[in-house]
Amino acid sequence: MTYIDPHIHMLARTTTDYEAMAAAGIVAIIEPAFWIGQPRTSVGSYIDYLSTLVGWERFRAAQFGIRHYCSIGLNSKEANNERLAEEVMQILPRFLLKEGVVAVGEIGYDEQTPTEDKYFRAQLELAKELNMLVQIHTPHRDKKRGTSRSMDVCIEHKLAPDRVVVDHNNEETAQEVLDRGFWAGFTIYPGTKMGNERMVEIVRRYGSEHIFINSSADWGVSDPLAVPKTAQLMRERGIAEEHIRRVTYDNALKAFTAGGQMAESDWLSPPAIDQRTLFEGNSVLRGGQEPRIEGKRTKERMLIE
Amino acid sequence: MPTPAQLLQGWLRRQLPGDAAGWLEAQAAVVGGAETDRALFLAISLVHRRIGKADLALSAADIAAAEATRPGWRPAGWSLDQAARIFLLLAAGGSPTRFAERLEQMFATADVGELIAFYRGLPLYPEQPRYIQRAGEGLRTNMKAVFEAVAHNNPYPAEQFDEHRWNQMVVKALFIGSTLYPIEGLERRWNPDLTHMLCDYAHERWAAGRTVSYELWRGVGPHADKAAVDDLARVLDNGGPVERQAAALALRESPHRDAASILGRDPDLAAAVHGGRISWDALAAKHSAPT
Repeated sequence: MTYIDPHIHMLARTTTDYEAMAAAGIVAIIEPAFWIGQPRTSVGSYIDYLSTLVGWERFRAAQFGIRHYCSIGLNSKEANNERLAEEVMQILPRFLLKEGVVAVGEIGYDEQTPTEDKYFRAQLELAKELNMLVQIHTPHRDKKRGTSRSMDVCIEHKLAPDRVVVDHNNEETAQEVLDRGFWAGFTIYPGTKMGNERMVEIVRRYGSEHIFINSSADWGVSDPLAVPKTAQLMRERGIAEEHIRRVTYDNALKAFTAGGQMAESDWLSPPAIDQRTLFEGNSVLRGGQEPRIEGKRTKERMLIE
Repeated sequence: MPTPAQLLQGWLRRQLPGDAAGWLEAQAAVVGGAETDRALFLAISLVHRRIGKADLALSAADIAAAEATRPGWRPAGWSLDQAARIFLLLAAGGSPTRFAERLEQMFATADVGELIAFYRGLPLYPEQPRYIQRAGEGLRTNMKAVFEAVAHNNPYPAEQFDEHRWNQMVVKALFIGSTLYPIEGLERRWNPDLTHMLCDYAHERWAAGRTVSYELWRGVGPHADKAAVDDLARVLDNGGPVERQAAALALRESPHRDAASILGRDPDLAAAVHGGRISWDALAAKHSAPT
């Protein structure tokens, strides 16, 4: 099996993670621009962060045969620093059209302040102007209302629901997101978001249409193998292979290829120039190695709670 | 004689489908002499979508034309997006100062593909010495492909770098597992300090129980002192088959008085290097991955 992790912050992860991810069958990842754990104090550090997403991190992933994409945006936490936010909005257009930028993201609400709302809307307008997808971070607190509001605002700005990914869903938000025709991302992240046993039940209940999972692994206690581990758990618990395939690969591919910046051929048959310059370590190109996640160590830690 | 920009334009026009070629020509017209750089920033970013990344198809005549218009320019191995990005940069024109300031801004927010293109274009920018610092920045990267855009098949380093920067580049190429043979001007820029650095590097690797690339010895022969010749003797006596051929070539090229007698210890190898049956080019073709 091959997998896509459509939401992971690799900047905070190690090469050991990349190795394990490649070995487990992950072929492509999307890294949304987000908060780095420590507030940025100037637009300069924001520029360097975004440059890293389209530069160094893409190269780093390629060394392990993993295709790296990103979404670019001003996150909701830092939107509250208005001086910074204004300057970041000025430089975003210089990054949004770069190769492999699949969406404006992750944007949305954190505390649902008026300032967050202002920059969320401004970025939705930018997405519309540049004909881009949107990747939405739904808030941790007052989540259900924040999720509804995020979708309301997208509709108000005339974005098509199937061009918007609403992320970090749970049992409380899933129904509305699916009913309204948005893509529903589920984040398997210990403690604060979804556990993978709960995810199995979500798929049992809602099926696999318009649903996909991700790890959102970052600088916190999180698991970059959340996608393959959850796939394995689904398999063990009797979920049909076609559903597993959809929520761990097909749907993310479908959602994000609509933006024109991601295609299956990127990893199945990359252009010669990429093979010469970027994809030395590509296990796909070298005939592939059998993905494995059933090692003793991962087996012991299969459950993510 | 056509300018580099005209050559690039002709090659792209010939290979691109009509709509892509039309888009590129329109962008070139817009960015040329524009008041602000916004259109250029967006056009350069859009190249990968509008032009694609197929290999730039060049004939022997094209390669010769490139050499004639800018000696040392090696567009073989470029892709369409790289050619188109450099073409747009050149089309934007402006004074050399304006050109350099604008390009520096673009480097600051470049993605990997753009970095590679901008560095490959180095030999074509006006007032060449302006870009020495920028090229040095390209060598500081840990992205091998970006490093190689500066170091490989590019006349800029040999023409512009002082000895210190040049030596750092050559040693770093070995350090990051890249190759030396595609570096332009390699033969004419060997120097005693570089020989010393290369031998030091070999000793450091040996002390750690690691091997060194056979290419390292290419930089040792021309300026070998007694210690360096002893290193070559050690490789000739104990190295693997490819390393021993490299040591034999280096000894053949060394003016040091002990070199000939050391090479004589292995009559077969000595005969092979004297007879031209072993050469650096042949070793590179056989034992180095193409770049």
